[in-house]
Amino acid sequence: MTEKSELQAAVAAGVIGSEESFRALLGAIVDVARSIFGARASSILLLDEDTEELVFEAVVGEGEDELLGVRFPAGKGIAGWVLATRTPLVIEDVRTDPRFASDVAEGTGYVPSGLMAAPLLHDEDALGVLEVLDRPERSLFSLQEMELLGLFANQASIAVDLLLRARRAERVLSADAGELAVVARLAAVVDGLEGDRREAGLRLLRELSDTLR
Amino acid sequence: MGEVEGHGWDAGKAALPAWSLPKDAVDRIALPAEWPERVTRDWAFGGSTGNGARVCILDSGVDPGHPLVAPLESAVAISLGDDEEPIANEDTEGDVSGHGTACAGIVRAIAPEASISSVRVLGASFTGTGSVLLAGLRYAIDQGFDVINMSLSTTKKPFASVLHELADSAYFKRTVLVASAHNMPVESYPWRFSSVISVGSHEEPDPLAFFYNPSPPVEFFGRGVNVEVPWSGGRTLTVSGNSFATPHLSAICALILAKHPDLTPFQLKSVLYLTATNVMSARSEAASADPDRPNANPGGGEQ
Repeated sequence: MTEKSELQAAVAAGVIGSEESFRALLGAIVDVARSIFGARASSILLLDEDTEELVFEAVVGEGEDELLGVRFPAGKGIAGWVLATRTPLVIEDVRTDPRFASDVAEGTGYVPSGLMAAPLLHDEDALGVLEVLDRPERSLFSLQEMELLGLFANQASIAVDLLLRARRAERVLSADAGELAVVARLAAVVDGLEGDRREAGLRLLRELSDTLR
Repeated sequence: MGEVEGHGWDAGKAALPAWSLPKDAVDRIALPAEWPERVTRDWAFGGSTGNGARVCILDSGVDPGHPLVAPLESAVAISLGDDEEPIANEDTEGDVSGHGTACAGIVRAIAPEASISSVRVLGASFTGTGSVLLAGLRYAIDQGFDVINMSLSTTKKPFASVLHELADSAYFKRTVLVASAHNMPVESYPWRFSSVISVGSHEEPDPLAFFYNPSPPVEFFGRGVNVEVPWSGGRTLTVSGNSFATPHLSAICALILAKHPDLTPFQLKSVLYLTATNVMSARSEAASADPDRPNANPGGGEQ
């Protein structure tokens, strides 16, 4: 991203949404996924490219208090396979797989016996993995559910892309990386004002703009 | 040119012009008259155990000691050296996710006497996955396997052209590349290339049921839902996904090639088409509707 487009993204992020609102969107997606599949838990894991780790970014259901922020190597286990191959899969009785990151799951006291996982794809990149854990045992898996899983993953990947953009924008706003960052910070400050102070702020900016032209 | 000797090619005679067939050379490409008037499953792979066919699982490695998989002919792990050059070392790690073991187990169950080898392209590092995948595929093609099972794909466009060249090179060298179709609406490779056999899933429980798709790019559907498979660590799981439908077709290719080792990938695809579950029932219906026309397979008996 060029400095100019980063600035635009930063200003836009200041106006239309914050990291918190995009995280809430991810939370809503896993909540609906869990509910639709009648599952015990659902989560979104994001790839941290710097450390090659997968990080739990949104969790609902079993383990939601403990798993958020937990990391494990991206080349490991079933989620790692789904991420690397960009291919969804469904597995019943995960406990029997010793390479499933069971140390993570067992630490929370919750070990899933079934797992549906789909990659979060945006353009050419794999951003992370959507997981749905422990569907009801009564139902055999069907292709219809696989399609539904893919639809959720597609929706989640759009939300994740927005979240990642917000984070990049936040870095521009908070760091002194570019000299134009002050403009983005100013936009965010003015956007946060109310009433007379907002009017005064906008008037000041208009006059400043005319003076500098 | 040695690879076409089985079809009556006489390497001792003067070579044909590269891309044409002079009138006096027609006899030299005569095919053995071994195709029956009607290609049936019994002719295609009846009695075959896969003995003699060599299948490669290009995946996360294979657990070499799993009783539902063993023995392996060979197992290598692909990695990139300091100058990004590919390295193939003997794989001592086995399976880093369990998926490759599952694919190998599906092949073993259907083609019990086929030779199975593992080329591991996952697990070395996440960022190098695409380059390692290409290097692994190139290595597998060089080894001259009859069938390469590729239950994975890449969405990286820069890799697409190289993958395309590799897929074509495999096709011309008589190595059949069986590749998983993506079950999400994204562009990925190599399954979209016409030189590979691309596979999606059906829900039937019969491991030998497979369907021809008259609306490509996915060409065939294999069993891919609620499949019981071996997993690393000596376990057995129930799994679903196109990545498990693919080894079903790989195994059926191995059965056919074990019985008819001279088939080219084009001919193999033709046999798959003629013996696909839906094509066979359509041919049977046509035959029973018209008793004077026993073979509803246009051209099938002319080979």
